[in-house]
Amino acid sequence: MADEVTKVVDAKGLSCPMPVLLAKRAADEVEAGNVIRIEATDAGSKSDIPSWTRDMGYEMLESEVEGPVYTFTIRKK
Amino acid sequence: MAEDTEDKSPDKMTIIAFSGDLDKLWPTMILSSTGAAYGMDVTVFHTFWGLFPLVRDEVKITGDNAMTKMLSTMNPPGFRRAKLSKLNMGGAGKWMMRQLAGQHNVVPPEELFDMCLQMGVKIWPCQMTMDLLGIRADQLRPGLGEPAGAATALSEMSRSDIQLFI
Repeated sequence: MADEVTKVVDAKGLSCPMPVLLAKRAADEVEAGNVIRIEATDAGSKSDIPSWTRDMGYEMLESEVEGPVYTFTIRKK
Repeated sequence: MAEDTEDKSPDKMTIIAFSGDLDKLWPTMILSSTGAAYGMDVTVFHTFWGLFPLVRDEVKITGDNAMTKMLSTMNPPGFRRAKLSKLNMGGAGKWMMRQLAGQHNVVPPEELFDMCLQMGVKIWPCQMTMDLLGIRADQLRPGLGEPAGAATALSEMSRSDIQLFI
């Protein structure tokens, strides 16, 4: 089954703690099982988003870096 | 040891916000909003100098006698008037810090505070401080919890995985 992204969070340009706050807001808006994608340029999100994902019990499907942009694809549980 | 303990994320955090300085309020608001993003039950108990930021911005001076009014002019109400504890330089330090934060898209503490309220963070003003400084409930920002005392704050801390005094 292809993972269709339900919601994309654009946190590019925003500093800590905004990427996590926006990710949480998006996660609240989607159903369990849905996939959200978070795009951030804050270097702190490299560790912040994966630890938030783990602690929320969500699944990190993919994390990639392209230039200054970190992209995380997460499944809400 | 770390392997056999359950790696459970914390579910409750209580912060005692005792300072009215910008350099303390900022991290307090970052941590409490992030705690809420973690799904934690977050309570911030604002006491002593930490109470001034909870006063609405349009309230210029608080207090019910000469001394409390004087204290209020030294500790101007509202997040926006909060000073730096060191090198405030008559407001220049604070101004520079806020300019810099703006350039780096760091959200100011008053906005993080609003997000905290939206995310369900409980903000408790200290009743004793309100009495001491002559700050009335109608001078405080909307959306706060009922004024509470040290015992309530401690009880909340005793039930928390994370307790901070900032």
